[in-house]
Amino acid sequence: MINYTHHDIIQIFSKHTSWEDKYRQILQLSKALPPLANDWKTQTNKVIGCESDVWLHMIYNRQTDRFEFNADSNARIVRGLLIIVLAAFNGKSHQDIHHFDTKNYFSTLNLMHYLSPSRNNGIYAVIQHIKQSTHNFTQNH
Amino acid sequence: MSKKIIITPQNHRQLRDDFAILSRKSHNNHPLVYLDNAATTQKPHAVIASVNDFYHFNNANVHRSSHFLGNQASAQFEQARQQIKTFINARHSKEIIWTKGATEAINLIVNTWGQNNINKGDTILLSTMEHHANIVPWQMLAQRTGAVIKPIKLNNQLHIDLENYQQLLKTSPKIVAFCHASNALGTINPIADMINMAKRVGAVTLIDGAQATSHLPIDVQQLDCDFYVFSGHKMFAPTGVGVLYGKEKLLNSLPPWQGGGEMITSVSFQHTRYQQIPYKFEAGTPNIAGAIGINKAVEYLTQYDRLSLIQYKQQLFEQLYDYLQQQPQITIYSPLKHNIGVLSFNVEGEHHQDIGTLMDQYGIAVRTGHHCTMPLMTELGINGTIRISLSIYNNDKDIQSCINGLSKVLKLLK
Repeated sequence: MINYTHHDIIQIFSKHTSWEDKYRQILQLSKALPPLANDWKTQTNKVIGCESDVWLHMIYNRQTDRFEFNADSNARIVRGLLIIVLAAFNGKSHQDIHHFDTKNYFSTLNLMHYLSPSRNNGIYAVIQHIKQSTHNFTQNH
Repeated sequence: MSKKIIITPQNHRQLRDDFAILSRKSHNNHPLVYLDNAATTQKPHAVIASVNDFYHFNNANVHRSSHFLGNQASAQFEQARQQIKTFINARHSKEIIWTKGATEAINLIVNTWGQNNINKGDTILLSTMEHHANIVPWQMLAQRTGAVIKPIKLNNQLHIDLENYQQLLKTSPKIVAFCHASNALGTINPIADMINMAKRVGAVTLIDGAQATSHLPIDVQQLDCDFYVFSGHKMFAPTGVGVLYGKEKLLNSLPPWQGGGEMITSVSFQHTRYQQIPYKFEAGTPNIAGAIGINKAVEYLTQYDRLSLIQYKQQLFEQLYDYLQQQPQITIYSPLKHNIGVLSFNVEGEHHQDIGTLMDQYGIAVRTGHHCTMPLMTELGINGTIRISLSIYNNDKDIQSCINGLSKVLKLLK
């Protein structure tokens, strides 16, 4: 369970002006990502388009109509970034996920380069994966 | 022959200054420290100017037009071919085929020589350290024909296991293909010996020289290989241009690959006649500007005494190697000697991507990942490395910045 909201993340990062501090913070956050159970490190859960291994496991709560994500990576910075991403999307409805202003969020955090659609931009791929999975799920249920 | 410029630590600055991009800033206002030369090299002003000048003053199609511009463009284009012939000491410029790069050159060989000569059950030998460009086209051929690919093993020092190679040669392979130097490790292979061994069993030899041509003088007659391929962008020339060298007799025996204009002498719906080499293999309008660029790149590179360039680079490489070797948490995969200046390593307990990302924040450009050599990575039991790769314009300051940067990165990750 990740206890950060995107407001928390923005607050945490507003304190950091130097890039070294920012990355130290990302590395610090990476410790807050609980490791994903091996059972959930499946091919379906593997996010394509990342240089490191990244898995994303989606859970839907029918009662609350909210999505929850568990994620993991073997790269520390990516794990920290996953906390930042999941803080925005965890416990949200499909509409909220769809409408979330990722550009503004990442811009505020000064992490915009992580949104460039390049062949191996993992974070971009993760966000696309989240949006696509919740969309597909909502279409089919 | 004009006197070659001998590069020393004292006059290296003059060479460095030819590469304007190296003065630019990177992330966080850090000066760019470009150490990803195995991926692509920077271009000297002369090369950039030659491409600009072509488009500004000389642009026309080649071999088609008999007008003033067309004749000039054709002359420059063929001059470039002649320059490459001299650069690698081929017998004749008709043995120089222009391609998009080394990858396309290998695909050309696979789809002409391979198509005509490889049958079910035939053996193709490739080394375990090959780049995917010298593996995948062969796999596609093997899939089509039922041929078998056998990988040449590496020994404990990660060099080609010559005993294993000797054993594999006994299985009478039709072709042996391997790199002159490894893009992932930097190792310079004993290709002269390996070519001789292959010839004794009647195998055709293909050398992937993509990583070698900017570092080592090449003499294809002395090597006596059947094919040698390389890419312009890895030797200070533009992207999209490369060379396939093949022995004249061999190239003449091959069918064309891509069809179209330029590679024919006559076309009718009843019968089409193909051109002689090299044009037989050069369908369509070529990368004229690219050829002009690589011509200039060769001219630029060969103005220097190449041994002095190698020596200057080697002492930088040894400084770097020395520092990395002293860090207990660092594992080095590259050899110190017989190396083009590539250093692949990992940091214990850290993902290579994390190291690369943080080094990048310090302005240091290196490459991380599998380097398009997945079979090699599998052999090493890892999924990637951090790779530093040097070229002629790197200097002491680059090495110091790299060492300082890496040291700060290791502290950040503690």
